[in-house]
Amino acid sequence: MKIYSKFGILNKEIEIGEIDYFAKENPLKLSSGLEISNFPIAYQTYGNLNENRDNAILICHALTGDQYVANQNPITQKDGWWQFMIGEKKPIDTNKFFVICSNVIGGCMGSFGPKEINPKTNQPYGSEFPFLTIQDMVNAQNLLIEKFGISQLHAVIGGSTGGMQALAWGVLYPQKVKILIPMASSYRHSPQNIAFHEVGRQSIMNDPDWCGGNYLLQNKFPKNGLSLARMTAHITYLSEISLQKKFGRDLKNKDGFSFSANKDFEVENYLHYQGNKFVERFDPNSYLIITRAVDYFDLETDFSGNLSSAFVNLSKNQQCKVFIIAFSDDWLFPASESKKLTKAMAVNNINVSLVTIESDGGHDSFLLRNEILEKTLNGILLEN
Amino acid sequence: MNKIRFDLQILADLIKPNAKVLDIGCGSGDLLYYLKKNKNIDGKGMEISHNAVSNALVRGLSVIQGNAEQDLAIYSDNSFDYAVLSQTIQATHNPPKILLEMLRIANFAIVSLPNFAHLQNRLEILFRGRMPVNKSIPYQWYETPNIHFCSIIDFEKLCDDLDLIIVKKIFLTNNHRLIGFFGKELLANLLARYGLFLITKKEFLLSGQEEFAFKNNIRIPYSKAIPSLMQKKVD
Repeated sequence: MKIYSKFGILNKEIEIGEIDYFAKENPLKLSSGLEISNFPIAYQTYGNLNENRDNAILICHALTGDQYVANQNPITQKDGWWQFMIGEKKPIDTNKFFVICSNVIGGCMGSFGPKEINPKTNQPYGSEFPFLTIQDMVNAQNLLIEKFGISQLHAVIGGSTGGMQALAWGVLYPQKVKILIPMASSYRHSPQNIAFHEVGRQSIMNDPDWCGGNYLLQNKFPKNGLSLARMTAHITYLSEISLQKKFGRDLKNKDGFSFSANKDFEVENYLHYQGNKFVERFDPNSYLIITRAVDYFDLETDFSGNLSSAFVNLSKNQQCKVFIIAFSDDWLFPASESKKLTKAMAVNNINVSLVTIESDGGHDSFLLRNEILEKTLNGILLEN
Repeated sequence: MNKIRFDLQILADLIKPNAKVLDIGCGSGDLLYYLKKNKNIDGKGMEISHNAVSNALVRGLSVIQGNAEQDLAIYSDNSFDYAVLSQTIQATHNPPKILLEMLRIANFAIVSLPNFAHLQNRLEILFRGRMPVNKSIPYQWYETPNIHFCSIIDFEKLCDDLDLIIVKKIFLTNNHRLIGFFGKELLANLLARYGLFLITKKEFLLSGQEEFAFKNNIRIPYSKAIPSLMQKKVD
């Protein structure tokens, strides 16, 4: 089923690919206690599911990613966000694997999200949309996996927020996963990260065009707030090394300073560019819902302050292997947290591996071409 | 891939099939890969170099990037049959601590090390008056990672001080195994470039679980610990 959906400031209708409706009979209970039923999940698949249905790989997208992981994104008209990684004869080879990527619930690319129409009111959910957790997103993904008749995924792979989803798969559905690959991720969202998220949320909510979350009804769009949220967040996705390497102190105007508050530096220009691109494709309320879900993620407190007990059930799946990948200059999800995660798994005798790949792309390194990352993922998926 | 470095091959022969093995400082996983393919072991590795870890992961191995001196703590007690430390103990800050850690997490420790008391080293010091640099210890003094060199006898003494039992020892040159040193420890200490030791805890030995190590058909000179072992077996 395909639907048309409106996007951001462009406010034009665009066809989004595959969409199915779930929980038609049994509602899905959310962490908040609310229940949802007959809700949509938008997804893309690549390659073919084999007869045994054991060659499926679920890719979990990051905070503002979407299901267009390996084909052209209909809104940005750009390649999928991991197009170099997934495809025929690529590191995640679709000649061999059936790759699924779905838009998380709470998102804005066709899955159940705040800009979709609430059938009860025939209006966008807006401020009525329920707050979610990473676990809710994974429970929804599980319904999609069930629809394909897949009893065990060959692998669940995700970076950042997607890595949290991969971990949540290990906690919630330990028998349904064979390989887990959380990249640039953590067992929790740190206080520093929550702080950055809050700045982003406040930027949106303080934009007068946010209208208490009901901007769509009032034909407005808090683009300045959303753009500012993206600018702030984007700093955290890079690193000191990557900013230095990309821009240094280069000036936009080679003649010198403007002696004004206008954009003088290339790095400023870049952040504005990122902010402006973002408002064309992302829904401000989705940003609030998803950042909140990420903030709530903490497997350690979920299991009474004992992180290792989060993985007791996973350790009963003798087949399961976990490969934790960190990046050396990622300060948002530092390698130290990956190490703590590794330890919590190792004490449960889980077959866990850890590698910190040398990078100069900051947190976003998992989205960038990296020979070592590509060959490592390829080997892990083929040899296990 | 069925060929591995000759000393790794001899080390691999010490390991029983289907065992749980932790290779500390596993590099790109040559030994683990060999053991997995040929002895069906359940192998894991720890390695400090991220490039080597990636290479090992590409081969389908499970490796944690970490520092053996700090990170062995992540493994629970007795979670492996063997912990292997090949050509690394001389580069650690605290060899006794790492030996005890290995025997906390595994029933047997297998340690190989270069023998600093090898004849060639002695001659280099004696006649050239310089720190030895050769195939088995290829670094200049100012760049060597080997901060805790020892001789074979020194290492045996350390095991003894730590109340550990050397179940087997094997002496190696660069490409041969030395045999027939019954009781001639001093000669081995002169001629062996490397020592390879299978070590266990006294408690473990007494619990009678050493069966395999003992049955393993390798001709080696026995240490003083062995006669008591033989006695036990006859019983």
